Amino acid sequence: MTILGVGVLKGLGVTLKTFLETYPWGRVLLRAVGIPSANGLVTIQYPDERQQHSERFRYFPFLVYDKTPDDLRCVSCKICEQECPPACIHIVGPAKDEQGRPLKAHGRTYPVKFDIDMAICMSCRICVDVCPFDAIEMDNQYEFASPDRFGRLVFDKQQLLKSAEYFKQIKPSEAAEVDARLAAKQAKTAPPAKPAVPPNPSSA
Amino acid sequence: MTSLDQLFVHAANTALGLLSDRLRPWASIALRIGVIAAAAPAIMMYLTLYERKVIARMQNRFGPTRVGVYGLLQPLSDGLKMLIKEDVVPRGADRLLHLIAPILAVVPAILLFAVIPFGRRMIAVDLNVGLLYVFAVSSIGSYAIFMGGWASRNKFSVLGAMRSVAQLISYEVPGVLSVVAIIMVTGTLSLTGIVEAQAGRWFVATPWGFAGCLTFFLSGVAEVNRTPFDMPEAESELVAGFHTEYSGMKFALWYMAEFLEAFAVCAFTVAFFLGGWQGPAIPFWALAGLLAAISAAAAKLPLPVRFVGALASAGAGLLWRAEPIPSWIWFLGKTYALFFVLIWFRGTFPRLRADQLMGLAWKFLLPLALVNILAAGLWSAMPFPVGTALSASLLVVSAWALVRLNHPAQLDHRTYVLAD
Ligand code: SF4
Ligand code: SF4
Repeated sequence: MTILGVGVLKGLGVTLKTFLETYPWGRVLLRAVGIPSANGLVTIQYPDERQQHSERFRYFPFLVYDKTPDDLRCVSCKICEQECPPACIHIVGPAKDEQGRPLKAHGRTYPVKFDIDMAICMSCRICVDVCPFDAIEMDNQYEFASPDRFGRLVFDKQQLLKSAEYFKQIKPSEAAEVDARLAAKQAKTAPPAKPAVPPNPSSA
Repeated sequence: MTSLDQLFVHAANTALGLLSDRLRPWASIALRIGVIAAAAPAIMMYLTLYERKVIARMQNRFGPTRVGVYGLLQPLSDGLKMLIKEDVVPRGADRLLHLIAPILAVVPAILLFAVIPFGRRMIAVDLNVGLLYVFAVSSIGSYAIFMGGWASRNKFSVLGAMRSVAQLISYEVPGVLSVVAIIMVTGTLSLTGIVEAQAGRWFVATPWGFAGCLTFFLSGVAEVNRTPFDMPEAESELVAGFHTEYSGMKFALWYMAEFLEAFAVCAFTVAFFLGGWQGPAIPFWALAGLLAAISAAAAKLPLPVRFVGALASAGAGLLWRAEPIPSWIWFLGKTYALFFVLIWFRGTFPRLRADQLMGLAWKFLLPLALVNILAAGLWSAMPFPVGTALSASLLVVSAWALVRLNHPAQLDHRTYVLAD
């Protein structure tokens, strides 16, 4: 037979222990009566202290450039625009001259406009997965709160551009993978494509 | 030098002594009203902080920390926020009653403070019918709650209000009956008299006092609608119960009434059963030393504040080193400790179902309170060991019997025809 009120007292004991565990003196008290206790506080006081995110933590995509900002890897193929589930990528391009021939920088076509609406992006990383050129990657910055919906939360090409160095810095292992893949690709295509770097107007 | 125990009484008397004879009675009334009117909101504001801090710690959180050191200014910012919020009155509501209800809730809560014996001779009015006054005034609150629920023209509000009235009426009965024992033993209705009667031993240390204390405290918790008896404002069922349609300062008034009543319940439990402002004669310098150590060790306070605080406590301890801990510190300390129990309940127990709630009042607390009167009679009529033993065994047996009788019938194992 259970004795009346024992469950009630047990419940009170649990909360009291949790209460005491959040204070240093409380932990001393608990240990003094023989109850093992660890720091009970789990809150991270956000603006003062930050959580250590894992390397794979992702929030918002950015465009990778190699050496100079005009040397971006994106060729404006628009695959990501089509695949993005909430359709928050908006690309105008590839850039063309007056005759309608594609303009190239560093041997690649490039987008005129590349906007991503952060307020809509759901951090799914599908754009990164579908990009055949490893031109878009996920960033781990997340403090973008702003009262200006369209001025500050729609990122244009200039804001999205970040260097491959930066990518290597925030996600070393992922960057190494991408670099290896790009190097393998280049090794395959490099020998025949050597003279094709300076002028190449025949791809309308 | 005035004693620390009578510090406030002495200060008030000195201030009143400066006035002419004709003014003195009026000034005395004004002073009492003024002190209560100033203290009540301050107590309430810091009770909210106390509750939020404790409940947060019970949930592995910090609670408010951002406004001021240790979140100490949080109540002020909350009050300011409440003041500047829009006051919405729903369409079709009874505007007048909607306005009156929260005021009617706060007034009795503050009126209760008039008879709380905060310390030796520190009571605003020592009514000779104090106990009666307590119950008469505190039951006005249910009118306010029903008025507010009704005037809001909202189904959740009315439901909450109806639950509240049912609950208040039910729990008032065991609440009053549990105090009858005290009247029998002390032969007085004055709160000062009751506290003074506990000079030798606190009533909670007697068998009938222990049962009475539990009954009174539980009914009190139920009467002020606090968890686990917060049916009238069950947020998971009724949005917010009777104050669903209240916002801004009117909502703050409801909140204030609730906290003040909760404080009053704790204070009265202390006065009736836990010895009021009586306490063991611990020398004051011990407490002052502890305070000095705490303020010196409070790492987050600015250094000058810590220094001054430690110095002031140490100085006070030195000045009044010959005295025991003053009565008002005992009373407030016990009351806040009991309020901690209230918060502790809230952090621990889930809400009771409506039928369990009523069952607890009518089927357990009420019979127990009645038996308790008999137990108190036995205790006071018989010589010491016999009376105590008799009343204790009477209470234990009846509590056990009540639990047995209330045990829900074990239904036969149900078999479903169409199952498997
Ligand atoms: S992460 Fe997902 S939602 Fe965001 S831009 Fe890429 S595909 Fe669109
Ligand atoms: S980011 Fe990749 S998928 Fe998107 S347009 Fe540029 S190259 Fe194509």
